[in-house]
Amino acid sequence: MNFPDKNGHYGQFGGRFVPETLMALLIDLEAEFKKARKDPAFRKEFDFYLRTYAGRPTMLYAAERLSRHLKTLKVYLKREDLLHTGAHKVNNTLGQILIARRMGKKRIIAETGAGQHGVATATVCALFGLTCVIYMGAEDIKRQSLNVVRMRLLGATVVPVESGTKTLKDAMNEAIRDWVTNVSDTFYLIGTVAGPHPYPWMVREFQSVIGHEARRQFLSKEKRLPDYLVACVGGGSNAMGLFHAFYKDAPVRMVGVEAAGHGIDTPFHAAALGKGSPGVLHGCKSALLQDDNGQVMPAHSISAGLDYPGVGPEHAYYKESGRAVYAAVTDNEALDAARLLARTEGIIPALESAHALAYLSTLAAKVKGKKSVIVCLSGRGDKDMGTIKDLLFP
Amino acid sequence: MNRIDQKFMALRKANKKAFIPYITAGDPDLAVTEQLVLALEKAGADIIELGVPFSDPMADGPVIQAASFRALEKGTNLRQILDLVGRIRRVSDVPIALMSYYNPVFHFGDQAFAAAASAAGVDGVIIPDLPVDEADVLRREAAAKGLAVIFFMAPTTPPARMQAIADAATGFIYYVAVAGVTGARRAEASDIAQKLRQIKQVTDKPVCVGFGVSTPAQAQEIARGADGVIVGSALVRLIHEHAGQADLGAHVGNFAAALAAAVH
Repeated sequence: MNFPDKNGHYGQFGGRFVPETLMALLIDLEAEFKKARKDPAFRKEFDFYLRTYAGRPTMLYAAERLSRHLKTLKVYLKREDLLHTGAHKVNNTLGQILIARRMGKKRIIAETGAGQHGVATATVCALFGLTCVIYMGAEDIKRQSLNVVRMRLLGATVVPVESGTKTLKDAMNEAIRDWVTNVSDTFYLIGTVAGPHPYPWMVREFQSVIGHEARRQFLSKEKRLPDYLVACVGGGSNAMGLFHAFYKDAPVRMVGVEAAGHGIDTPFHAAALGKGSPGVLHGCKSALLQDDNGQVMPAHSISAGLDYPGVGPEHAYYKESGRAVYAAVTDNEALDAARLLARTEGIIPALESAHALAYLSTLAAKVKGKKSVIVCLSGRGDKDMGTIKDLLFP
Repeated sequence: MNRIDQKFMALRKANKKAFIPYITAGDPDLAVTEQLVLALEKAGADIIELGVPFSDPMADGPVIQAASFRALEKGTNLRQILDLVGRIRRVSDVPIALMSYYNPVFHFGDQAFAAAASAAGVDGVIIPDLPVDEADVLRREAAAKGLAVIFFMAPTTPPARMQAIADAATGFIYYVAVAGVTGARRAEASDIAQKLRQIKQVTDKPVCVGFGVSTPAQAQEIARGADGVIVGSALVRLIHEHAGQADLGAHVGNFAAALAAAVH
């Protein structure tokens, strides 16, 4: 069966858990997206911007020194870090901005945690001359001040969010409040495969370019399919973008890597799939970090892009159905992996992507014989230099 | 018969409208909430909307958000609120609807929640992030326990959805006066009246109006075309301003009495 179903469910997950005020808009958006994806003119336009503006296709790079270090794995890196704005996020913001234009929306809002989705949104708003308002937790603004400058330089208004934990989840609450208030002229450009239907589906479709390219590239190099796919999972858009194209390739095993923060058995992690339970947040039913009373718990990760207590509903479904497995690596393991990639390949990964890389040593110890793996290198590490400096070169 | 249905029958017979105050349970604490519910009833409230605090209240403006966080800091949870309703039931038959985001209810379990709420004496439930499309399970469990599930209609709700919502709603229909969050901006009576006429064409269930209603004058005007008026943020603000003071009950009682008189 092709998911989502007609109500936006992936098994028991997904759906539309939003105020009634937004329902008509979500139904319109779904109809518009359905039309657009069948419209050759839309596909041509999306493809045009991906190629000429974002820098697709990205390379599938054989990481030979890293592979030698890991011994049992032949590692390919899908180089989303080489895209314009430095991460996979722009695949989705380009897709959604084209939908917003088709719907005649003039004002774009978005939430951001680390600032990467905010920058990718501000970028496409500048490209098309649309008003851009970015909600960002006051705590995150302090931690990611350079991305705030980038967004402002691109012409976006960055609104500090002072409510709740002052991080990504609260920024998303505030963006939803703006959306519900300005529903007639405003398009909410969600940054990951979460939120109410049709967002998880739409974002997956826009990010699936990662997997379709990687599959083609791997087949042409190796004349076979990879044994493993590995990607980090916060909301899970880069992982779903990679995984989805391989969904029907049953022998290809998929591993999503969540942030274990200080440790999966401490209160300071962001492993919604590993440690959470089914819950409803920000418009969808999925896995959620919550307490015994159904209150959402704060997440923790060294990587602001993974610092979210929920996850996309399709990942919850992949986990439940067994199509993918989910692991978690700690802040320190991610830092070590970032250093390892920098020193073996001369590539500095984003700390988010470093979580996927960190899982490779576990995988390398587990496999029998030599196995091939595609890792989604979802972003570059420039934005994390402040964190790296404090922790590795104080 | 459910206390909410009885109330609307009695009000219709008397040609009166319902005044429905909202307060957040646990702000400033549950003992005060208990007193406030009784004070509101005494002041003329017809139905009490009791808010269950949630960590991520995305449909609420700053006033109710802040109340929610204060209540959570006190450790308020759904089970305690059900116990509170149980205590109120020993002394009062005022109809009570719980307003909760879906996650605390879902986490409790739809079936377990419907059973526990009904046993405690709750009459209805209002869940702002549970549109009718996702509510099959809760509706079934609530119906089995005689618990009303109050659904929303909004200025953006198209006619086809109106019918589906009207068919599903029990207790009453909650019309959101303004597209937006609670307490954020003033509802305009003229816009509302037109929409209420549309809703009345598809249903004869009671329709109550909330969001953006803060003064007796405004409540009176809106009540003309509605079956009831809900006032939340203005009351919650007043409670916070006088929390911990001896005259809290008097302030809340006076304001509620003025609203009740205006609506009735």
